[in-house]
Amino acid sequence: MTLSLLAVQAAEAAGPEGAVRWVWLTIALPFLGFLVNGALALRRPQARSAVSMVGAGVLLGAFAVAALVFLQLRGHPPETPILVELWRWIPSGALDIRFALQVDQLSTVMLLVVTGVGSLIHLFSVGYMGADPGYARYFAYLNLFVVFMLVLVLGSSLPVLFVGWEGVGLCSYLLIGFWYGDKANADAGKKAFLMNRIGDCGVLIAMFLLWYTTRSLDFTTIAARAPTHLVAGGGLVTAITLFLFLGCAGKSAQIPLYTWLPDAMAGPTPVSALIHAATMVTAGVYLVARTGILFAMAPFSSAVVAGVGALTALFAASIGLRQYDIKKVLAYSTISQLGFMFLAVGTGAYVAGIFHLVTHAFFKALLFLGAGSVIQAMHHAYHATHSHADAQDMRNMGGLRPFLPWTFWLMLIATFAIAGVPGLSGFFSKDEILAAAFGRGQTHPIWLVFWGMAMLAAFMTAFYMMRLIAMTFLGENRTGAAEQEYLHDAPPVMTGPLVILGILSVVGGLLNLPAFAGGHHAMETWLEPVMAAAQAVMPVEMPHGTTEWLLIAAAVTVALIGLLLGWRTTLARPIPTAAAAAPETGFARVLFRKYYVDEIYDALIVRPLVGISRLVLWKGVDQGLIDGVGANGSASLARGLGWIGSRLQSGQLGFYMVVFLVGAVWLLRAVVR
Amino acid sequence: MLLGPSLLLSAVLFTIGVVGVLLRRNAIVLFMCVELMLNAVNLTFIAFSQVLGLGGQVMVFFVMTVAAAEAAVGLAIILAIFRHTRSVDLKNINLLQG
Repeated sequence: MTLSLLAVQAAEAAGPEGAVRWVWLTIALPFLGFLVNGALALRRPQARSAVSMVGAGVLLGAFAVAALVFLQLRGHPPETPILVELWRWIPSGALDIRFALQVDQLSTVMLLVVTGVGSLIHLFSVGYMGADPGYARYFAYLNLFVVFMLVLVLGSSLPVLFVGWEGVGLCSYLLIGFWYGDKANADAGKKAFLMNRIGDCGVLIAMFLLWYTTRSLDFTTIAARAPTHLVAGGGLVTAITLFLFLGCAGKSAQIPLYTWLPDAMAGPTPVSALIHAATMVTAGVYLVARTGILFAMAPFSSAVVAGVGALTALFAASIGLRQYDIKKVLAYSTISQLGFMFLAVGTGAYVAGIFHLVTHAFFKALLFLGAGSVIQAMHHAYHATHSHADAQDMRNMGGLRPFLPWTFWLMLIATFAIAGVPGLSGFFSKDEILAAAFGRGQTHPIWLVFWGMAMLAAFMTAFYMMRLIAMTFLGENRTGAAEQEYLHDAPPVMTGPLVILGILSVVGGLLNLPAFAGGHHAMETWLEPVMAAAQAVMPVEMPHGTTEWLLIAAAVTVALIGLLLGWRTTLARPIPTAAAAAPETGFARVLFRKYYVDEIYDALIVRPLVGISRLVLWKGVDQGLIDGVGANGSASLARGLGWIGSRLQSGQLGFYMVVFLVGAVWLLRAVVR
Repeated sequence: MLLGPSLLLSAVLFTIGVVGVLLRRNAIVLFMCVELMLNAVNLTFIAFSQVLGLGGQVMVFFVMTVAAAEAAVGLAIILAIFRHTRSVDLKNINLLQG
């Protein structure tokens, strides 16, 4: 904290550039935290209070710097991004990449979300992870994650962004497999890492193509050169954007690369909240918005982005209907909401996408942290009674409201926000996406299909979220009588962040309050300088008047019916506990088993790959060709030739003489002839 | 002038030397046979020098020089072998067989 105060003083004395020139502190502070916590993890893992102070302190410091940067930008909104160059990174002929940070309206929004929500989740972690033996290691990883996430959102060029992109992937891997003693967790981390590599390959190819066409990797230069160096709607820009989107699909868990995210729930719950809900998984949405001009110039790619987003939103929401693990429901909900964001940016409504990203960060972080409180309470109760029941299975919960009142009310707020109850944050952001998709449907009919899918997904969202609330907090208590006395709300250090997130989930809509609610699209105005170029190519066609009101009415109706149905049907019949539950039948089973996608991937990709690797590459190429023919073969050949040679060396001088004579005569004959 | 008989004699001497090297197992005799072959060659040089000029006679001096050096080294080796094995029979000297 003292460091950040110093930074504040220095920033005030810095002159015309002000706080922006200290923006690197937002990265440096968490990095310092990583170093200190890493050292503590190696030397003094029991120094919990020091770890808490450093781990959460650096984040609060970074948030303070971010807030100052925001205030400066609010005072003087720059027309072009402010570049803070740190050092020349790759000076190599025409390719001159500088490690520079780009401060503009978009990166400031992301900066605030990452450090703000990040701070709250760090505080929550102090309580949630307090008893874990790997406490220092946990905070070291979490700080490192924030470092890379900020490099990602602040990077002024694709290579710098890619450093952050890979770094958050690494931290995600480390934190998913945080409890690596259990093989399932380590496997989940590996799965996330590998699936992300597929997408990263796409980002790399997109970078090569961008360099090939525009001779630049800086975002500003690309944006400036794109209209002249690339043909709008041409093959190259379509390829570039599709490869970029492949990377986004990997990072943001979209079809077909989404299967890692549900497994990523193996990590600690605050990690799920920070990395796998609020920040890292939204990096793909950010990247599409950041390179919006390219996507705007490639209508086909935009349609693909919107289509994949709508399909993912629907697909994941339908799986969420039938999950029992409280974190799995939220994981599929996250995938579904990310689908909404991609629908928005694919529609050209970049602001709506970013808006939903921000509000989603609030309410989904709240939901995950609330789920963390529930899981911790359940876990403590089962621990105290030596029960081995699943602390995350909602069938084992029920009726928790009297025991965890704070958690219940806050999660209910978040549920209403994500479902789109009017007035709450999720209502405004989701409504804007739906309206934009419908508006574009007037000129491009396929968007009407996307809109329909999104409406259905919104209905399912309301349903499964209310089902989660009903199964967890309402109805009869199924934990068992002995456990009940141990169930209680989390300590203030955990509930505090929940309360703040709850408030943000309610008022988050004010960030971009639409005209019909008396606002003036604050975020749209704010992001206008960044998004103007892309919007000029691909304008958003928002419906007005009666259509607008009808759309709102439809969305609200769908949300309310979903909530009502989710509540009524869940509590209609008594729910058996996980141990007593009968197996699913029919389509419910298909949903419960997640459409068997993991099994299909396993059969189509993993098994053939393992089989080919084992039979052809290992047994055939490695053992057969390289070891057999190459290494052992050449050795056998040398030994065989040596044996023949050794037969000549009999040690008998007479034999040598005969050979010599024969050779001499033979040579003589050749010379004489 | 006596070219034919001289060459015949040198051929006979050389053949005796070769056969001796091939068949005898005594190192000293073997050595003598080598000397015999060298001297057969010398005789050929002398014989031809009668017809073709003095170059052949010059060559003979070289051969004799080399033969003397070879005799010195060769005899020293044979002596060393004899001290070691108390024999100069080449049948026993086959330690380097493969």
